Amino acid sequence: MPLLTTKGLSRRFGGLRAVDGVDFALMPGEIRAIIGPNGAGKTTFVSLLSGRIRPSSGMIVFDGADITTMPAYKRVRLGVAYTFQITSVFANLTAYDNVALPVQRTLTDGRSKGQVRSGVMAALERTGLADRAGTPAGQLSYGHQRLLEVAMGLALRPRLLILDEPTQGLADSEIDNFVLLVREIAKHATVLLIEHNMPVVMQLADRITVFNSGKILAEGTPEQIRANAEVQDAYLGATHG
Amino acid sequence: MKDASPAKIYALHIGVIALLFALNFVLPDYHQGLFARIMALAVFAMGYNLLFGYVGLLSLGHAMFFSAGLYGAGLAVYQLGWGVPEAFVAGVACGALLALVIGLLALRTSGVAFMIVTMMFAQVFYLLILYFAAWTGGDQGLVIQQPSRIIAIGGASLDLTNPTVRYMSALALFSVVLLITLVLVRSRFGRVLVAIRENEERTKMLGYDTVANKLVAVVASGAICAASGAAYALLFGYIGSSFASVQYSILPLLWVLLGGAATILGPLIGTLFMYYVTDITSGFTSAYLLIVGVALILLVLFFPKGVLGSVRQRWLGWLP
Repeated sequence: MPLLTTKGLSRRFGGLRAVDGVDFALMPGEIRAIIGPNGAGKTTFVSLLSGRIRPSSGMIVFDGADITTMPAYKRVRLGVAYTFQITSVFANLTAYDNVALPVQRTLTDGRSKGQVRSGVMAALERTGLADRAGTPAGQLSYGHQRLLEVAMGLALRPRLLILDEPTQGLADSEIDNFVLLVREIAKHATVLLIEHNMPVVMQLADRITVFNSGKILAEGTPEQIRANAEVQDAYLGATHG
Repeated sequence: MKDASPAKIYALHIGVIALLFALNFVLPDYHQGLFARIMALAVFAMGYNLLFGYVGLLSLGHAMFFSAGLYGAGLAVYQLGWGVPEAFVAGVACGALLALVIGLLALRTSGVAFMIVTMMFAQVFYLLILYFAAWTGGDQGLVIQQPSRIIAIGGASLDLTNPTVRYMSALALFSVVLLITLVLVRSRFGRVLVAIRENEERTKMLGYDTVANKLVAVVASGAICAASGAAYALLFGYIGSSFASVQYSILPLLWVLLGGAATILGPLIGTLFMYYVTDITSGFTSAYLLIVGVALILLVLFFPKGVLGSVRQRWLGWLP
């Protein structure tokens, strides 16, 4: 049974159909990448899944429950975590406090046990930020802020972790670590990531969904997508010209 | 390093309370009275700071919560003949209930709209006090006589008009509220409040019902401000509509900004500073407001985050 499905999911902004009747299914435990040209509706689509914006029509089912009209904060408690495309850590709070917020949430919900401190340090260690726990997040390098964002997502104990362009702005060396980190996360959670960096997508994704003009253009394994002529026209460029 | 041992933090705040206790025996009569007033009003500032400093909600209507406590307690004594402890509880309950209702309505807005909505509700409250002058005494106010301000405990009695009893009562309330706010802002709930101030949208995406958290903060803030008002009525024996006017909504904002928003001791320092600058300068000249104004400008120039806010930024990063 899929972890998440959408049926006819749509979102209009005025006359623009940003997401247009999308039927989508995500199996538990997979790493799914969403790719597509700018303005294809990828971020709008995952924002609908996380509850940041409401759909104009259609339906979202998570783990057998209809969550179409559920507010975002309740979806988070069910296990849908979203990390932002534009880094939005709490700049004036320390890295520790940034991660303490999601950790204490899961403690309150009874989804984890123990002390706030040990939970925070575990999440910081997994992302390699433990020695910067006391630093205000705004003073971290951009790459570290991205990692902190991931640490916050992780600390929410997600069943579905949605990563919106996680490698944007990272150095090549940081990207290698990041790929390892996502594989690690995927052992316990389903991962849905929007990504422009094709080598990262090809290394990580079990399956790829290609968006274009608010619709799903194609879906398949990395090999199938690479071989798909339509996708090459729409997105990958004139590699067959 | 931002981390400080809890022992150090609690030692500092208990030290301040001990200092205020000792001052009772040192201060001349006039200053003893002034300090009692300042401590009672610093509670008002602390309640305001909880919402403004920590949650980042700027209300221009907190005079209504202060005067809900003032009238809730004052009228219970004056019109209903209640005893002092029951009247105090009634005052706090009035403020908390009013804050719940106002919070439910005003939290549908944010930013400038929140300021305007809270100010409008406070004006309604002010005008209601004038309208029901038959009970409230209107702009003349009411004086609560000494016999109504005596607490009987067993065989003994506490006379709130006695300067030392009054000082110690104000100090007791101040200490309790100081420690409550200290525990509150260092708790998980306090961390969520600060997160809402910094980035509400992000806080929602970490699974927090930000509206519910803000409502709890509004009620806590309203109840603390009402406790200040109730204490003021019972300790100083006068309730009047001027305490509900817009001036009393702006004063706590000023005290908090001066002392340092989102600092635990800032409200006390701001209240103390304003009272003494006004007191000292009015002794020299009738144009004392001019000197107060100059003092405020200098303070804002050299301490843009308030006295304690700037101290924390420059020297003592661990201050809560």
